[in-house]
Amino acid sequence: MQNIIFQPLGDTGIRVQFCEQVSSRLNKKIRSFCLLLKKERIKGIVEWVPAYDSVSVYYLPDQLTYHAICEELSTLSSYASRDKVEQRNRIFIPTLYGGEAGSDLDHVAVSNQLTKEEVIENHSGTDYLIYMMGFLPGFPYMGGLSKSICTPRLESPRLHVPAGSVGIAGEQTVIYSLQSPGGANIIGRTPVTLFDSSQENPFLFQAGDKIRFVSITEEEYEAIEQAVKNGSYKVRKEVFHDETKKH
Amino acid sequence: MLENKAEQQPLFKVIKPGLLTTIQDLGRTGFQKYGVVVSGAMDPFALQTANLLVGNRRDEACLEITMMGPELVVLSEATIAICGADLSPMINGKAAPMWKSIQLKKDDYVTFGAPQSGVRTYLSVSGGFDSPVVMGSKSTYQKAGIGKHVEKKDTIFGYAVNGKAGVGLMHTEIPRYRKEVELRVVKGPHMERFTKEGIDNFFNNVHLVSPQADRMGYRLKSKAIAHKNGADIWSDAIPFGGVQVPVNGQPIILMADRQTTGGYTRIATVISVDLSKVAQLVPGGKICFREVDVEEAQKLYREREQFLLQIKYFCRGDSSVKGKNGYSKRRVD
Repeated sequence: MQNIIFQPLGDTGIRVQFCEQVSSRLNKKIRSFCLLLKKERIKGIVEWVPAYDSVSVYYLPDQLTYHAICEELSTLSSYASRDKVEQRNRIFIPTLYGGEAGSDLDHVAVSNQLTKEEVIENHSGTDYLIYMMGFLPGFPYMGGLSKSICTPRLESPRLHVPAGSVGIAGEQTVIYSLQSPGGANIIGRTPVTLFDSSQENPFLFQAGDKIRFVSITEEEYEAIEQAVKNGSYKVRKEVFHDETKKH
Repeated sequence: MLENKAEQQPLFKVIKPGLLTTIQDLGRTGFQKYGVVVSGAMDPFALQTANLLVGNRRDEACLEITMMGPELVVLSEATIAICGADLSPMINGKAAPMWKSIQLKKDDYVTFGAPQSGVRTYLSVSGGFDSPVVMGSKSTYQKAGIGKHVEKKDTIFGYAVNGKAGVGLMHTEIPRYRKEVELRVVKGPHMERFTKEGIDNFFNNVHLVSPQADRMGYRLKSKAIAHKNGADIWSDAIPFGGVQVPVNGQPIILMADRQTTGGYTRIATVISVDLSKVAQLVPGGKICFREVDVEEAQKLYREREQFLLQIKYFCRGDSSVKGKNGYSKRRVD
């Protein structure tokens, strides 16, 4: 793999910059690189954080010098290939749009000259690729929002956006995994839990998964919410077939 | 070292919680790729030293105490150490030594007075505190429902084992926390996004710590650090000590409770051995930044590791050397 640049993040981190346009293709390359990091278990590496066009690796400088980790990662990157990635899931997120759960749906509709139904249809009619995770535990950064429903962030962010809120922030769609301040236009809410530190696997998503929103009624919302509470709800997931696998 | 692990027992009754008292260890690593904030001690050096002086693993959890300390009643015999900011610790109303292990008896009363220097101090207990291990760490991150701040009437549990009292650092080895500091930094990944004048302003001016300085980050007041063309980047990982500059040109040093990722340009990263200086800096404090290269920063890191290892071997080793002189036989650079 060519066109990568190494940059130090102080004495305990290194940033691997991929000099390429952000795209689902680059995302696969980054996932392949991370898979190699996981397999190779290079001594002294603590963890790594994939992002849109970079991977940051944290390490212990008494076990690996900056020079040594550059060499290790450079070798690793030459083996990374888009074909060698782990299979990922398409995850279906039941979402109650509008009303109290999505108080900015009207605003999103009006500012895009659409009806509320058109916004819902548009938002739930497509897959969103998770490029990376960050901001909050279990929070996915997704790509793929249709230009026709993009809406600028709120001028002053809300102090408390409830967990599970689904929103549009500029050119991105978001789901808040925890209650937090936030500037997104909230169009709906899911009763599904995205992060639960008491579970063996606390995270619903990981980078490379795709999310599909499914519009539900209030009754369905309550039923799912109840099922989530008593632990009987299972989020629908399916392994997705990758269009870019040809080469 | 804990040869025989003790039973869990109540250690302290909290009479007053203090300004902000939390359980912290060296942080929750391994889950940043899922957005999980690292948390952990703001001053990792003070925390590790506090642990080693009572014979703990150096990554054991301590109480991180901020500015106004708590009032605690001792419920069972324990060996503790207090390292970090001098917040005037007292036992039964008498000044307690810092950077040295102390023996507590049942019904002793631990209090803190006026802050003398620094912001955060660490109280370790031989055997360690009992706190749920969530994703590999005892560190509190209340925002995500992981642990909680220490509150009035809480009982704090631990695994107290008898340690050695009187084991301490030499006077010359104790860090002095100042209100004006020079922080050594490695240049950040987005240097080319700043104007030459912006970079000059960063390195050649004094920066003031604003009142917005907490576990998440320290906002500074500076002569504006201008960007060539906006401050937005494709979001990426933020290291401990990363210096972010949003569009207003005012830098923020990102600390233990920082978000894992962010979308603003970063001009520098404070080197590991200087993070304590930030963690112990009060609002109104002054900062100058000086560039070092990554090799120099790593050399300093390794020296710090060496120092901590020496403390560890010392505390584990010769029991006859304990006493007021502490490490008198050790060479100090």
